[in-house]
Amino acid sequence: MSEHIVSKKTYYTVFLALLAGTALTVVMAFVNLHNWNIVVALLIAGAKASLVIAFFMHVKYSSKLTKMWVAVGFIWLFLLLAITMTDFLTRAWLVYKP
Amino acid sequence: MSSATAIPSEIADVQWNGERLNYLNNGHGLKSWLLTKDHKRIAILYLISVSAFFILGGIFALLIRINLLVPQGEFPADTYDRLFTAHGVIMVFLFLVPAVPAILGNFLIPIMIGAKDLAFPKINLLSWYIYMLAGVILLYAIFAGGIDTGWTFYTPYSTSYSNSNVLLAGLGIFVAGFSSILTGINFIVTIHTMRAPGMTWFRLPLFVWAHYATALVIMLATPVLAITVSLMAIERVTHVGIFDPAMGGDPVLFQHMFWFYSHPAVYIMVLPAMGIVSELIANLSHKNIFGYKFIAMSSLAIGIFGFLVWGHHLFVSTQSVYLGLAFSFLSYVVAIPSAIKVFNWTATLFKGSISYDTPMLYGLGFIGLFLIGGMTGLFLAALGLDVQVHDTYFVIAHFHYVMVGGSLMGFLGGLHLWWGKMTGREYPEYWARAAMIIQFVGFNLTFFPQFILGYLGMPRRYASYPPEFQVLHVLSTAGASILGIGLGITIFYLLWSLKRGKRAAANPWGAPGLEWRTTSPPPTENFYETPVVTWEAYEFAPIETMEVLGYPGDPGRPTQPVHAEHGTED
Ligand SMILES: [Cu+2]
Repeated sequence: MSEHIVSKKTYYTVFLALLAGTALTVVMAFVNLHNWNIVVALLIAGAKASLVIAFFMHVKYSSKLTKMWVAVGFIWLFLLLAITMTDFLTRAWLVYKP
Repeated sequence: MSSATAIPSEIADVQWNGERLNYLNNGHGLKSWLLTKDHKRIAILYLISVSAFFILGGIFALLIRINLLVPQGEFPADTYDRLFTAHGVIMVFLFLVPAVPAILGNFLIPIMIGAKDLAFPKINLLSWYIYMLAGVILLYAIFAGGIDTGWTFYTPYSTSYSNSNVLLAGLGIFVAGFSSILTGINFIVTIHTMRAPGMTWFRLPLFVWAHYATALVIMLATPVLAITVSLMAIERVTHVGIFDPAMGGDPVLFQHMFWFYSHPAVYIMVLPAMGIVSELIANLSHKNIFGYKFIAMSSLAIGIFGFLVWGHHLFVSTQSVYLGLAFSFLSYVVAIPSAIKVFNWTATLFKGSISYDTPMLYGLGFIGLFLIGGMTGLFLAALGLDVQVHDTYFVIAHFHYVMVGGSLMGFLGGLHLWWGKMTGREYPEYWARAAMIIQFVGFNLTFFPQFILGYLGMPRRYASYPPEFQVLHVLSTAGASILGIGLGITIFYLLWSLKRGKRAAANPWGAPGLEWRTTSPPPTENFYETPVVTWEAYEFAPIETMEVLGYPGDPGRPTQPVHAEHGTED
């Protein structure tokens, strides 16, 4: 429960990093990487979200228990997305075509 | 009770009942209840409102059974659609999900761990108001036109075709979800941070372990439900193709997202009831529970593995057959921790000194009925057989054996076990046993014929059926009437006991848990001194050593719990 004071400098640095990430997303949208565009966009978005969670939401300065619960939440989100996508990827592999 | 004392017995009675001290009369009037931050009073608010919704859901169930008395149906088909949807929505979202955690969990978790209240008392009260808001929205949706999609809201029917109150119902479910999330957060933080000195993790009662696992499931699953109904609303309002194939969406995506919540929700409903059964089996066998750590860890295992089986609801959709294989296997795996619990309960009963009081009858009922419900779940998890019985009455019978035979039996068992603790009054034992047996007979007569109906091919959610199914449907309706009478008796004598029941003793079962070491009903602060736990969970000691902790004492009344005949005369 200890209050950690984060310096303004840290906040501005993170803010600039987020702006840079946004700019990079826009730039990458104009580069044709075929299927990989979505992967790159998601990687940048994921990195930005991590910055927000770690600094703006103070998870970096929280107890191990809090960190564990944050991690659990994301693991569950991963389960939902990954298992559902497995369905979409393997749905067409039918042994008997109807 | 007579005893040699200079104090008039009336005063002694008043003090014994703790008139100055207990949570029930610490403040009078509606305002003192509606603005309370006491977890015990909030539990009573939940008890009243959840019971009211349960009765309403039960009335819809009886209307369903009346319709099915004759093959052509008593009501028009679209009325019947609204009846079974109302029954499902009320029972799932307004009764089964909050019943045990919000009533018994709310009341007992702080007392069981030796705390004064939950970690966030105001959030606790807020959760009740949110629940009531959801209840009002859903009632409006049901009575101002109704909902005809079934409680599962499958797309694209719910988003593109239904002309009923789908949006309102979605909003109600969205709001109800936040009520359970707040309860879940409260439980997790409370169990982590507010245990009394000496209350280590492995001294926690199994009821608390079960609620910890439940809170985990609530917090990880419920947000997905909120997202799912939001997407459904977006498609219905804006016609953006998300689920409707006509607009480029995927209807199976809805089923994935819906069951990612709704399968774990089964465990939100049944895990707390399992926690109750652990308590009442140990306390009424007067014996240390067999395999404490296995039962505690199996709750967590159910909570975690329960998230990996949702696809067994999608076997006859276009879900990938390879994923179906994995889901089928995992569904078999998740049966193991439930079986561990059943084996450990049975082993606890073995050579115990068993009291066949009402809570134990409900506990035994739970074990038997949950076993049938669980085993028929394995039929449904088998890829081939599910093609035959999917969406038939076999499924209906299966999940009613789990939800009614499991959750409701557990809830009623717990309500009887702790009724004296909560209200300060005893329920009448004779009537309670009779009502339990009537419910048990009525329940089996209602739902066993439905296994046969489903196996013969009667689909669910149909208002009419071929005449050869009528015998089984009439049996089922007869059973539902008996079950309704049994539940009516319970509601009647519990209300009666509030005024006329005997005064409850502090520890009528001679049980070792912390909730039995305070008065019935407890004071607002739960204990007269902060408990220091020096004993293991379920360590049954001689009754004299299990006194009310730090109780100032009543002139003319014993400070030790009264064991014989469960209490003192009024
Ligand atoms: Cu399921």
